Amino acid sequence: MKYLDEYRNGPIAAKIVDEIRRVQTRPWVLMEVCGGQTHSIVKHGLDHLLPEGIELVHGPGCPVCVTPLEMIDKAHAIAKKPGVIFCSFGDMLRVPGSDGDLFTIKSQGGDVRVVYSPLDCLKIARSNPDKQVVFFAIGFETTAPANAMLAWRAREEGAKNVSLLVSHVLVPPAMAAILASPENRVQGFLGPGHVCAVMGYSEYEPLSARFKVPIVITGFEPLDILQGTLMTVRQLEEGRAVVENEYSRILNRDGNPTAQKLVASVFDIGDRKWRGIGTIAQSGYRLRREFAEHDAERIFNVDDIDTKEPEACISGQILRGIKKPHDCAAFGTICTPQRPLGATMVSAEGACAAYYTYGRHLEQHRAQLGAAQLVSVESLVGAA
Amino acid sequence: MTAASGEADRDAEVEPADGAPSIMFGSCPIPIFEHKQIVLGHGSGGKLTSELIDTIFRPAFRNPILDKLDDQAVLTIGGARLAFTTDSFVVTPIFFPGGDIGRIAVNGTVNDLAMSGARPLYLSAAFILEEGLATVDLRRVVESMRAAAEEAGVQFVTGDTKVVNRGKGDQIFITTTGIGVIEDGLNISADRARPGDKIILSGFIGDHGMAIMSQRENLEFEGAIESDCASLNGLVASMIATPSEGARDFIHVLRDPTRGGVATTLNEIAKRANVGMMLREQSVPVRESVKGACEILGLDPLYVANEGKLLALVAPEMAEEVLRQMRRHDLGKDAVIIGEVVDEHPGMLLMKTEIGGTRVLDVMFGEQLPRIC
Amino acid sequence: MCLAIPGKVLEAYDSRGMRMAKVQFGGITREACLEYVPETLVGDYVLVHVGFAISRVDEAEAERTYQALRELDQLTELETPVVEEIEPGGYRQ
Repeated sequence: MKYLDEYRNGPIAAKIVDEIRRVQTRPWVLMEVCGGQTHSIVKHGLDHLLPEGIELVHGPGCPVCVTPLEMIDKAHAIAKKPGVIFCSFGDMLRVPGSDGDLFTIKSQGGDVRVVYSPLDCLKIARSNPDKQVVFFAIGFETTAPANAMLAWRAREEGAKNVSLLVSHVLVPPAMAAILASPENRVQGFLGPGHVCAVMGYSEYEPLSARFKVPIVITGFEPLDILQGTLMTVRQLEEGRAVVENEYSRILNRDGNPTAQKLVASVFDIGDRKWRGIGTIAQSGYRLRREFAEHDAERIFNVDDIDTKEPEACISGQILRGIKKPHDCAAFGTICTPQRPLGATMVSAEGACAAYYTYGRHLEQHRAQLGAAQLVSVESLVGAA
Repeated sequence: MTAASGEADRDAEVEPADGAPSIMFGSCPIPIFEHKQIVLGHGSGGKLTSELIDTIFRPAFRNPILDKLDDQAVLTIGGARLAFTTDSFVVTPIFFPGGDIGRIAVNGTVNDLAMSGARPLYLSAAFILEEGLATVDLRRVVESMRAAAEEAGVQFVTGDTKVVNRGKGDQIFITTTGIGVIEDGLNISADRARPGDKIILSGFIGDHGMAIMSQRENLEFEGAIESDCASLNGLVASMIATPSEGARDFIHVLRDPTRGGVATTLNEIAKRANVGMMLREQSVPVRESVKGACEILGLDPLYVANEGKLLALVAPEMAEEVLRQMRRHDLGKDAVIIGEVVDEHPGMLLMKTEIGGTRVLDVMFGEQLPRIC
Repeated sequence: MCLAIPGKVLEAYDSRGMRMAKVQFGGITREACLEYVPETLVGDYVLVHVGFAISRVDEAEAERTYQALRELDQLTELETPVVEEIEPGGYRQ
């Protein structure tokens, strides 16, 4: 597959790693912001390739993790209502609310459907004019144009039975929050490539300047992540702190103005609650008043829900990079891939699941590998 | 399950000097493991399914044969070793590119028998039909079963039919049970896996699962992905017949990676035999079309179901021979060695990725879901 | 977030007043909405996220940056001999 396969090239990966090793003189802590980037790192075993001393910590870029419990409970309450077809991206189906997940609701007779594109909801709505089609519109800025288009088209087409339950979150306020925390260990960032494909990266310049951290907007394939890491390490070694673009084949500083325009006409920005954190000001999208007819929160009376926050696990600190999985008292004991404690462990490749499983074995495995840390090009060519 | 480290209440916003809230980023909501009701994930062949089997079925039916947890039971009756298996087929849609529910009902059971090295002989079929099913559809399914049985060289010798009310059964459910006979000298079972064994995969993975996915509402895509549904007993027979100077027991394990895919199946074997395994991603064959479909949905071909493929764990000194033998057969022409069984990390399946890293392949939890993240 | 994959635009058309396209990913094709990348032509590569093209691939830039990656070892003096690159796709059909 073009523009994908070539970015998974082993020998080039080894060259980039060698270059990182060459320029690195001391340990650095980097954060990759996107859940998708973490996915890629663990899936390809990239942190295994990086030199000792380059630490990648997982960022908050997973809309599944950060959707507030109240919102999930609202989603569930709506999905349970008769006459509702509740549509969602696959990611959200196993995330538990105070009582059950969407799968449970389905097993109890709720009409819950996975969609790939928000536009599919319009088709469902047309085929089911007597039902209320509600779409769980979650995501970061990357997904906002798609979700916005659903709202826009619903209004254009007069699709009165379509509504959105919106829980959109924004990356820059989250990064600012991480950076402002006194316990922050992160020295450089691999910025969110697809978020910036939509929004551009001008918003990250003030962050970089204010907190004096390099931010390299990075793609998702192994070579992207390794190259983004190299560019960040170079800046750190040289004492620079600016925004750079590794993912230039996909985006530039302005992003996609057409998409931004539609997003701005459908959503406005408001305070958002982030699960486990609390409210971050001006950190989320909500539907503008003009779209009230399609706002599930206004349409459905779901305010009187008894939200029970589950017992805390310390993954919050792990996600900030303050603790490692093996620092967590639950890790490997109560919390294992067999008995996960986190939403990100729920999907087969969930960031935490992969991270924990990988990390746990890595401690034993690393000891055995020893000198294999020095990745040689030969070992990658026709590895037998 | 309480946070052991005694830090402050998660939602408290402690104000540091410059006024920004102190963050405890993203606490992970605890996913559900103990369900009061059966959910779809219980049927996907992953952890939820195992959990169901371990907590409900095994305690009730415990005996040494069942505890082996192979795909078939090997019974010794009057001197003959018989393989005995059963399977239910509930796939939707009932007709899909490359096959239909009837074809899988035959091949699925034939294959389960073949995975013990048995020669499949006789099948039974029990049908649960939904009121309103078109008779012409039933005919089509049954004709497909006839053809598949003929291909596999098995006979249907007994059966049953029931009809349920409209809405109580997804058009048609089929349960097939099969019996086969195992030759002397063969001992093919998960607990025979040994460090050093080569892991052979018979061909391209992910075809069946993605063919089904391509028909599922809202997830359609165009492209020539067809189910690989096929009966593997012919291939297995030729593998067993690989000329060898020594004993005939060089094939240690056979499994068909159906639900849960190659990764789940190998994990089951690894845990059962308490051995480690190391795969090489570059060796695993995936068609471009399947790869494209998996990429856009965020799925991993290693976890996608197959209905006409097998995994063989073979003694290292015979591996190349067996591979050659497989490649002479139509269903094994793309066979390849994808890894080996190792001493290290017992019970764990690892993979060397194409980029040179290493990754653990865990068992799937429930269904693999398309993701945006 | 942000599973988005590059694909090739095979065909573009209007559907209910929206610009749509058949996009090819590896061996399969799927419909995607082109409303956000109106300048797209058939034959272009676009980045698709949940059924929407959110960006076009800048092929010249891709070529340029990839070339730079390949040439990395001319900056570093590696002792290892120059090796044949594995063709993209490796074993895969």
